Amino acid sequence: MRRARIAIAATLLALALAAVAYGQLPSGISRPDNEQNLTQQDLGAQLYAGNCASCHGIAGRGIPTAGGTRGAGNIKGQGPSLVGVGAQAADLYLTTGFMPLSNPHEQPWRSRVLFNRRELSALTQYVASLGKGPPIPHPRPEKGNLSEGLHLFTSHCAGCHQVVAEGGYVTDARVPLIKEDTARQIAEAVRVGPYLMPKFSKKYISDRQLNSIIAYIEASKQPRDIGGWGIGHIGPVPEGMITWFIAAVALIALCVLIGERLRGTA
Amino acid sequence: MRRLRIFSFMFGAVIGALTGKGRRKRIVEEGSESPGAELALVGLLLLSAIFAIGFVVVLATGSWPNRTQYEGIALGGSLLLMGFALVLVSKRLIVTEELEEDYPEPEHPEEQNEVTQIVRESGSRFTRKRLVQGAFGAAAGALGVAAIAPAISFGPALDPFELNWTPWRRGKRLVTEDGAPVKASDIEMETFYTAYPEHSARDNIAAPVVIVRLRPSDLRLPRGRRNWAPQGILAYSKICTHAGCAIALYRKPTFPPVQPDPALVCPCHYSTFDPAAGGKVLFGPAGRNLPQLPLLIDSAGHLRAAGNFSGPVGPSWWGVRMKGPITQDR
Repeated sequence: MRRARIAIAATLLALALAAVAYGQLPSGISRPDNEQNLTQQDLGAQLYAGNCASCHGIAGRGIPTAGGTRGAGNIKGQGPSLVGVGAQAADLYLTTGFMPLSNPHEQPWRSRVLFNRRELSALTQYVASLGKGPPIPHPRPEKGNLSEGLHLFTSHCAGCHQVVAEGGYVTDARVPLIKEDTARQIAEAVRVGPYLMPKFSKKYISDRQLNSIIAYIEASKQPRDIGGWGIGHIGPVPEGMITWFIAAVALIALCVLIGERLRGTA
Repeated sequence: MRRLRIFSFMFGAVIGALTGKGRRKRIVEEGSESPGAELALVGLLLLSAIFAIGFVVVLATGSWPNRTQYEGIALGGSLLLMGFALVLVSKRLIVTEELEEDYPEPEHPEEQNEVTQIVRESGSRFTRKRLVQGAFGAAAGALGVAAIAPAISFGPALDPFELNWTPWRRGKRLVTEDGAPVKASDIEMETFYTAYPEHSARDNIAAPVVIVRLRPSDLRLPRGRRNWAPQGILAYSKICTHAGCAIALYRKPTFPPVQPDPALVCPCHYSTFDPAAGGKVLFGPAGRNLPQLPLLIDSAGHLRAAGNFSGPVGPSWWGVRMKGPITQDR
C-alpha cells in the first residue's frame, strides 16, 4: 500500500517536472552584455548576429541550402535572404513572435515576444538597412468601409482564415486566427505573405481596400451572435457536433426516462 | 383492435371521472386518488401558460439585447413544461394495466395444405408455361427499367453538351472581375488572381480561372503542354473537380527549401492540386486533375487563352471522361 503511494507520488512528480520542462520557453535569445552602452545601430547588428545570422546568413544574405554548420542554439542554419524585405517584414515577424524560430523547419507561429521595445526597433532598423525595402505601413482602419471589407475579406482571405477570422487549416499547415493581430500586423502580413500565405501587392489590394479589410477584421473580433451561442464561430461542424453529441443524447435519455419497459415473461 | 378499445375505454374513464357520469359497471379497476400529482399537473400547465404568454410579451415589446434568446427560452420552456405535464399525466394519473398475448397456434393445418393444392391445380390450363413466364419477365423487367430510368437526370450521360461546353476558345482575352484585360506583366509570383473570359457569361461553371506565376524552371507540366505557360504564368479552372467549390486557397512557400511546395487548395474538403505539374491531385477527395487553360501573351502584353481546358471542368458526372471540353456552340 505504502509502496504504491510512493510510486504514484513519484509518477506525479515526474509528470509535473516534465510539464514544467515542456512549458519552458527555448533558451530564449542572446543579448549583448553591454546593451545600454550600444548605439541602436550596433545593438541591431549584435542582436542579428546572435539570434538571426545562423539561418539568415551574414548580412542577411540567406543560407539557401542545408549546410553542416550549427549556429546559436545548436540550430542547423537554413533560411531565406533578408536583403530587401524591409522594415515591414522584420516588424511583422518580430512583433508577432514568429521569429526567432527554434527550428527552421517549423511553421512560424504567434508566441511570446522575447525582445524588448528598444531591441525590436534596433533589429528592425538593422534588417531594413540590409537593402532597400518597404517601410512599416500605417493602416487607417477607421477610414475603411465595413461592407466593402466584408466583401474583400470573403473573396481574398476567408478561404483560409474563415469568415470571422478564426483561422483553420490548409493542407500541411495551420492557418492562424487574425484576431490577436494589430492593424499594423495585418497590413504587414497582407503585403509580406508570411510562410504559406500569398502576398497581395498594392496593385491587387489597394491601401484603401486594405483599410476596409482591417476594419472588417476589427469588427469580427466581437461578432454579434444574434442567433445564440457562437460555438467558436468556425462553422457548421461544431454546431452539428453539439446537435448530435449533446441534443441527441439528451433526447434519448429523456425517452428512456419517460418510457417504460414491458415487464413480461417473454 | 383490442388496444384501441382499451385506449378508448381509458379515455372514456378519464372523461367519465372528470364529469361524474360513470354509472355503468367498471372495466378498468379504480385507481387511488392522487391530489398531489393533480396539483403538480395544474402547476406545470399554469407555468407553461405563463412561459407562452412571456413569449408573446417578448415578441411584442422586445427591442432589448438578446431578444432571440429570451424568445427561445420562453417558447422552449412552455413546450418543455407542457411535455412534463403530459408525462406526469401518463405516469401518475392514468390507471394503467399491462396485457400480454402469445401468437395463436396455426389452426387447421390440413386446410392450409388443401389451399396450396388448389392453387397449384388451378394453373393446369397453361400449356406453354415457359413462354408465359418469359412474357411476365419481359413486362416486369421493362417496368423496372422504366422505374430506374429517371436516374438519368443525375447526369446527362447521353448528351453532356451543357457540361462539356466552356466559354474559352483560342484568342479569348482574360479579364479581371472589373472587366479589365489582364496584363502578363501585372501577374506577380507568390500570389494568385481570378480571371474570367472577356464578353462571356460569368455564371458558367467553366468561366472563372485562377492565375499563378511560378519560375519557369520549376514547372513539371505533362508532355504536350510545353507552351501552355508563357513566362511561367499558369491558368487553371477555379472550380474544384470534387464538389465544385471555388479554389480559394493558394499555398505558396516563403522559403521553398524547408516549406511545402506551392499548391492550389479547395477550402471545402482540402483537395490539393499542384500548379507546377499541370494541376495534379496531391491530396484530398478530388478524383480528377484540375483542368489547365493554355495561355498565350498577345502583342499588347495581355493574357489570352491559347485553346480550351485540358479536361472537363467541375465535379464529375456519368461519362465525364468520355469527351473533352467543347468550344463550338451548338
